[in-house]
Amino acid sequence: MQLALTILMDGLIYASWLFVVALGLTLVFGVLKILNIAHGSLYAVGAYVAASLVTLFASWGLGGHFALVAMLLAAVGVALVMGPLMERYLLRLFYARDEVVLLLVTYALFLILEDALKLIWGVNPYYVSEPYQLFGNVAFASLFYVGYDFALIGLAIACGIAVWFALNRTRSGKVVLAVIFSREMSASMGVNVDKVHMVAFTLGVFLAALGGAFTAPMISVQPGISVSVIIVSFAVIIIGGLGSIEGAAIGAVIVGLARAAAVHLLPEAELFSIYLVMAAVLIFRPEGLFQRAAARKI
Amino acid sequence: MSRLALVLGAAGIMAALLLIGLALPRWLLFLVTLAASHGIVSVGILVIMRGGLVSFGQGLVFAIGGYAAALAFTQLGITDVIVLILIGTAAAALVGAAVGPLLARYTGIFFGMLTLALSMVAYGVLIKSPAVGGSDGFNIPRGTLFGVRLEGAGGDYALYALAILLTGLAATAVALHTRSARGLMTRAIHGNGLRVEYLGTSVQAVMAINFTIAAALGGLGGALTIVALGHIEPTFAYWTQSGEFVFVAILAGSQSVTAVFIASLALELVRSFSNLYFPNTWQMALGLFLLAIILFLPAGIGSLWAGRRKAPATGGETQA
Repeated sequence: MQLALTILMDGLIYASWLFVVALGLTLVFGVLKILNIAHGSLYAVGAYVAASLVTLFASWGLGGHFALVAMLLAAVGVALVMGPLMERYLLRLFYARDEVVLLLVTYALFLILEDALKLIWGVNPYYVSEPYQLFGNVAFASLFYVGYDFALIGLAIACGIAVWFALNRTRSGKVVLAVIFSREMSASMGVNVDKVHMVAFTLGVFLAALGGAFTAPMISVQPGISVSVIIVSFAVIIIGGLGSIEGAAIGAVIVGLARAAAVHLLPEAELFSIYLVMAAVLIFRPEGLFQRAAARKI
Repeated sequence: MSRLALVLGAAGIMAALLLIGLALPRWLLFLVTLAASHGIVSVGILVIMRGGLVSFGQGLVFAIGGYAAALAFTQLGITDVIVLILIGTAAAALVGAAVGPLLARYTGIFFGMLTLALSMVAYGVLIKSPAVGGSDGFNIPRGTLFGVRLEGAGGDYALYALAILLTGLAATAVALHTRSARGLMTRAIHGNGLRVEYLGTSVQAVMAINFTIAAALGGLGGALTIVALGHIEPTFAYWTQSGEFVFVAILAGSQSVTAVFIASLALELVRSFSNLYFPNTWQMALGLFLLAIILFLPAGIGSLWAGRRKAPATGGETQA
């Protein structure tokens, strides 16, 4: 019982930040039809900028809850700078091309950003563990958890609801859905498709950076974090069905639980448990759990 | 190009490379050997890609070929490199034939992701298997060729010649295959798979066979690599390794098999020179190089000389 609870909690905590990152990835795929490998690098950029900003704020005497403000500012800043820059001046050049070519473009971008990060922040790890203590400890049944972990679950839920609400219940969200459904038709109805693409991509970057920024206090921020996050977020959105918010949520929980179960029950399987789940889901439901099968065009 | 002209051309290129090899410095000889062994894996990706699918898990068969050959050396005591390479190729082809029919059901990005998942499972298993060296992998000594130990400059050249001959032969066979009825069918599947089904051909069967061919080529590449490198580790199956194979295939474009080896050599050269001159930014150089090629040579390096036939690098809709 104790073990089951531990697995459940660890799984949910792991799933929460993963969901935030995967939400951005699935949103960008939904709108732009790009599987963005550089998404992992944007997560890393968010984590690095947040680490620097929190340290900077602390040096101004703005500690405590200002650290959270710093992390949020980091995510917003990264999104506003990187989002339009990448979408407008790079990705847009390749829209007419095959989706595989676009995948390769983002892979190239990933390689470039990977080294750019090392050039700017060096190879030594950064630690910003102060914000981790902000919410104190929480006793949960017979287990003790850091309050920050719970805050993170809250953040993930908030992000998911906000994006879902924005897409399904607001006017601009419906415009985005129209673009997802048919780019050409939306354009002919007077929708500024270019703008929708840029905003959606920027939002995707924001979610990646947000995930990175709020995970920064829990990990050591160092080279290599982009690789590890991109591959699990891929697994999440593939399991859930590309472009689906509910799918990303379920996918994140499944991956989180699978990983937590592996860590506690069979540590050797930690690395590949995620891919095993992903392969299993793909074998039974190739489109992912939450994707309606589309009719094939002749 | 007629088949005869193709075979003669390939024989000419191989003979020329064997002669050039005599004059090359050892470091370059080694680099070309690796480029040829890696290039043949990308040729396999090309075989699949002609049908509109891209495999992001070719590292899996690459690793299987490598591990099979390396284990045959250390466990069974087989030292002849040709036998080792055959074992590696056969092992990968077997696995390819087993998973091929399953994978052939998938289309577009799902195929890519499933192959990626399978190779990552293999990576995870290998890294946690102390019997095959875990994350460090293991070394294998230089093998023998017809009973002669491949050591020193002569050994390097022998491996180079072997890599040129084997990959050259395999690549020629693939080039001939693409001109065969089945090969042309693959192209038609890329154009419209559903239409091919209506015409009475099983898309799944064609793709399953293509996948098996690609797996055999991947195994060949893996076995050649470890015979030359003398070392194997789980990163052979890691997704970045698979990514590099796709990278080379895209760089080359789908019109010319020769272009794949040029692209593979270009990658090895860019990598080693950037490693030498900008050790901290070699990935960046690689990324910029890739972007430039995709932007300015949309149909790949091969389009420089085979570009008359207007065919997109992977283009078209990736259906079926």
